[in-house]
Amino acid sequence: MVRKILSRLAQYGFTLLAASFLLFTLTEFSPGTVASKILGPYALENQVALLNAQLGLDEPLLHRYVDWLQTLVGLSPNLLPEAAPGLGLSDPRGDKYFGNFGYSLMMKEPVLDVLADRIGHTAWLSAWALGLTIPISLLLGTLAGMHAGSSVDRVISTVTVTLTSLPEFVVAVGLLLIFVASLGWLPGTSSLQPGDQWSTGAQLVLPVTVLLIASGAYLTRIVRASVAETMQADYVRTARLKGLSPRRVIWAHVLRNAMIAPITVILLQVNWILTGVVVVEAIFAYPGLGSLMLRAALFGDIFTVQALTMLALSVALITQFLGDVAYAILDPRIRVD
Amino acid sequence: MSILQIESLCVAYDGAEVVRGFDLTLKEGESYGLVGESGCGKSTVAFAVEGHLAATGKVTSGSITVNGTALTKIAEPQLRRLRAAHMSMVFQDPVAALNPTMRIGDQLAEAAREPADILPIMDRVRLPDPEALLKRYPHQLSGGQLQRVVIAMALLSRPSLLILDEPTTGLDVTVEAEVVALISEIAAAEDVALLYISHNLGLMARVADRIGIMYAGQLVEEGPVRSVLRSPKHPYTLALLACLPGRKDRAPGTPLPSIPGQVPLIGALPRGCAFAPRCAMSKPGLCDVDPPLRMVQTGTDHFARCRRLEDQPPMSKEQQTPPTRDLRAHDTVLEIDGLRKTFGRRGLFAPPPVVASDDVGFTLPAAQTLALVGESGSGKSTLARMLIGLDVADKGTAMFDGKNIAALPAKDRPDSLIRQIQMVFQNPDGTLNPAHRIGFILARALKRAGQPHGEQDVIRLLDSVRLPATLADRHPADLSGGQRQRVAIARAFAGSPALIVADEPVSALDVSVQAAVIGLLSDMTAAHDTAILLISHDLMLVRHVAQHVVVLYQGRVMEQGPADAVFKAPFHPYTEALLASVHPPDPDHVVSPLDAPDDPGPSPQDGCPFYNRCHRRLPQCSAMPPPKRDAGTGHAILCHRELQDLVPPERT
Amino acid sequence: MQSSIRGFGWIEMGGLHAYLPARLARSGIALTGMYILMFWGVVALFAPLIAPWDPHEIDFAAMGDRGFSANHLLGTDATGRDMLSRIIWGARTTFVVVPLAIGSAFILGGVAGLAAGWYGGWIDILVSRVGDVMLSFPALILYIILITSFGPSLTNIVIAVTLAYAPGVARLMRGQVLAVKERDFVSAARAGGESGPYIMFVEILPNVGGPLIVDLCLRAGYTVILIGTLGFLGLGLPPPTPDWGGMVVEGVNFLSIYPHMALLPAAAVTSVVIACNLLADGLRERAK
Repeated sequence: MVRKILSRLAQYGFTLLAASFLLFTLTEFSPGTVASKILGPYALENQVALLNAQLGLDEPLLHRYVDWLQTLVGLSPNLLPEAAPGLGLSDPRGDKYFGNFGYSLMMKEPVLDVLADRIGHTAWLSAWALGLTIPISLLLGTLAGMHAGSSVDRVISTVTVTLTSLPEFVVAVGLLLIFVASLGWLPGTSSLQPGDQWSTGAQLVLPVTVLLIASGAYLTRIVRASVAETMQADYVRTARLKGLSPRRVIWAHVLRNAMIAPITVILLQVNWILTGVVVVEAIFAYPGLGSLMLRAALFGDIFTVQALTMLALSVALITQFLGDVAYAILDPRIRVD
Repeated sequence: MSILQIESLCVAYDGAEVVRGFDLTLKEGESYGLVGESGCGKSTVAFAVEGHLAATGKVTSGSITVNGTALTKIAEPQLRRLRAAHMSMVFQDPVAALNPTMRIGDQLAEAAREPADILPIMDRVRLPDPEALLKRYPHQLSGGQLQRVVIAMALLSRPSLLILDEPTTGLDVTVEAEVVALISEIAAAEDVALLYISHNLGLMARVADRIGIMYAGQLVEEGPVRSVLRSPKHPYTLALLACLPGRKDRAPGTPLPSIPGQVPLIGALPRGCAFAPRCAMSKPGLCDVDPPLRMVQTGTDHFARCRRLEDQPPMSKEQQTPPTRDLRAHDTVLEIDGLRKTFGRRGLFAPPPVVASDDVGFTLPAAQTLALVGESGSGKSTLARMLIGLDVADKGTAMFDGKNIAALPAKDRPDSLIRQIQMVFQNPDGTLNPAHRIGFILARALKRAGQPHGEQDVIRLLDSVRLPATLADRHPADLSGGQRQRVAIARAFAGSPALIVADEPVSALDVSVQAAVIGLLSDMTAAHDTAILLISHDLMLVRHVAQHVVVLYQGRVMEQGPADAVFKAPFHPYTEALLASVHPPDPDHVVSPLDAPDDPGPSPQDGCPFYNRCHRRLPQCSAMPPPKRDAGTGHAILCHRELQDLVPPERT
Repeated sequence: MQSSIRGFGWIEMGGLHAYLPARLARSGIALTGMYILMFWGVVALFAPLIAPWDPHEIDFAAMGDRGFSANHLLGTDATGRDMLSRIIWGARTTFVVVPLAIGSAFILGGVAGLAAGWYGGWIDILVSRVGDVMLSFPALILYIILITSFGPSLTNIVIAVTLAYAPGVARLMRGQVLAVKERDFVSAARAGGESGPYIMFVEILPNVGGPLIVDLCLRAGYTVILIGTLGFLGLGLPPPTPDWGGMVVEGVNFLSIYPHMALLPAAAVTSVVIACNLLADGLRERAK
């Protein structure tokens, strides 16, 4: 078992490394060299050439990737402040530390500081969204799956099928129209500025609801399908024919087995929410990592984009790993030889 | 007092009646065998008794009374109490019947009326080391062990009625024999009434006091097991018994009779007698008109549903002269020697490889049938796959037409060789590509065989396996299992091969269809001068069709020789155990239990692979490989015992 | 029934036949989805003939009241362009990008998955590992990077969708192939000396079609959502190309006065997504 976990970890480590290479290639190979992005559109050709030489941007791709990686883990210094003194960049942590993604070209600050200001907001939003999505979907999905074909099931299924067809931005527009434009009950932006006339709670309602609808409907359908299928299993028939009470049959025999398949999906919801967060933060001007990602990408702030993507990749792979562990805990066929 | 009373029960799925006026009375301690082919409604009866029909199923009329409680009249909570207190059920597939994520002990505890019963009952079903077993999960146990767990679970509620739906189908024959013996023994001791549901007449002959034969949702014959099997009255029962290859009064090699046609579809029943369209006795104007037939008493406690009972000829004693077996020296079509195949990854941490075949050797004469016999894991199928090039041997030779094909994968074989060796697979559902029409499949086979493959050629090929030309336009899903297997045979014979490898070609088919398919296979081999390597676990069938037998155990040849010699003493102890597990449809067949060791652990590394299950083992058997003993006329036995010690004592 | 045995009459994609028009007709759900898609398909095809206005033309006369009128049946947008015409032309964007993107994703992923499942070995390891890496990127982030790096052209959007979806398709295909590969008819074909490509394309492919077609419908739905979302985030096709997602975001600011500006294109996107999902659900039900 320990060996399985270690080999899985190694596999995810490799995936992260390969993904980081892909990320590096996509961002630094983009049209318009890195140096001209750093210096802006009005830089002179010889300035660009000089910076290229100083930062080693003329080197082959693999060489640059290794440099980038070394800087990232704190083995070699980030040369940008010295190379481009005109930008006035400095980092109180020094030039060598783990997690050194360099400087945000948009904010003229170390990327880590930019992230630190916003990560709390996004974590807070995601936590609310997941904290509501998971219990509600489990409850509704189980209810529908247990009584597959009943009127309860039909209502839940119809609603969830419809909701999964709605893009996040459409849901957001619908909610804005009802609760902001018509009723005026809630704010249309959630910028969390101090002194805003709306409380933080009120500002969170719509973003959280959009995320809840977008991923909750899908998760409910997955849970419903798994529960409905498990209800048909021979061992559930055995349990019933033992004369067990329906409650006992559901709790002891159906639920544990029915949760094995959705557990992976539940953890993948974290990824869905990451995607949804970009859209939702953009719509509601929420000061989190998602809106930062979009702005940084549009600005050409490649170092911030790299940092945010690496963060997203890490979260994605960690949740996948947790999914594997949860799977093994739930299913003795994997855990016990 | 009667434990179970069913009166004119009718059950319908979505309005289509599958059980039509079913009656049954089961007394305390009595054992009843309900026998029929697939789709006759026998399982539906079992589920109706448990009050657990599928969502679309409904009891439309009639009554079921268990221990004096009318089941059709009570609400769900009462039904639950009735199940917990009086009834238990055992299903066909023990792997699916147990919850994979719950420990065995917890699952047993749920069913137990008294927790203290659990360990004693584990002992009774002879599960080794029960304390440790309770802590394990189902996937850690073998199929035979799981079925014992399920039986233990069923008995823990101390039921007065135990329903067993094909309880041993899918288990190896020796395990099946142990499991049914166990059920009978415990049921007798506890006075439990048993309702067996089975397609296996032979097995029922062994375990049931009374049997009922079901056809198209109705009982067609019912009575004490001896009376029904000795003097069957209904033409269907007669025909079913005639289809079985294992009858004593039939000489090996005589063609097996079969029942023409197919079981009628639900909702498309003929008027009058449902069996009439397939019945040799049916008389127009009598059998095919309303009103529906009633059960008529034909003997002590013996009933049959037939209008022509008086006109029945007495059961014919088939005294056909057996065809003379041609055992003269033939050309050899296949000569296997020292064949070895192991599976498993090689590497520092890899588990030791599994040996699928080891030192296998035998020869197959042209145009004859050689049967490979053995239980699951004996390496029969691996051998077949090597012969047709789906696997390659690690070591050894298989000489065919002067070429060693043992390590020659199909993709490297010349077309001429591929045409010469063809295979018929076991499962009729998987053997034909569901995406293609029958005509396409056969046209392709003819083309590959280098034959003309036009429309007329396909029709001719279909005709050779007695299928109508119209099937060419159908997809495999539109065909019955027997028809699909005929198409598979046609495909194999498209190029007149010299050797056919047939892997359990009829084991998935109903008894009445089996006989016809086996008959077809024999006819085709005779017509094309083809040799067959028949892989089968069915010893009765093997005895009937094969001239040579090779008995495999864990990839080794334990015994081989001419069929007549292998089925006579001296026996290898494994062959003896297999033969002891055979159930001919004969209530007087005596089974002398072999004194096999109770706890079969893993087989020893160096000695005889059968050591741990052997009832004749000697101390040296676990340490040294057994020597080959020559019993004459090509009959060889691999055993430490002397030949004279391998003769079972005469029964008195 | 008499038919010719030679020729293509026999080579009928049986695994697929459950999904083709004759079967489709028996599923009301799938048929509804089909009709909606056909409606939009016709609209997209004949956009120049149907649209009453040039989608880029600004009607200054309509600046006063942008609501519904005889001139502008569905009103005008914030800049005074005809909503109806823009929605009609917007269908074109969707119905060009989605089939191209999904088609290339299924061809690339399908072939990779088929090869990985059939050949196994290093091909399988390569396909699976590359897939793992691609799938570890949250989808939208991958698009944002690709599109901001290479620019929001039609080709780049198609490439982005292909790269993002091909690994998932390959994974599904591989699993299906592994399941079908074990069946006896494939063993029979191998033992019969059939070539690898013959077995892959004639024996296996027709039997894995079902789940793939369902997946195709679902992914088409996601792609419609995605293209809308990219437009909404300002990463869609450069203006003034009419693009439903972009129209929604332009309309959001006028939600309290002229809700139609955002709602109509939002409804258009939703109807296409729902159609794809209905088709997928209907086909899945039929397959059971």
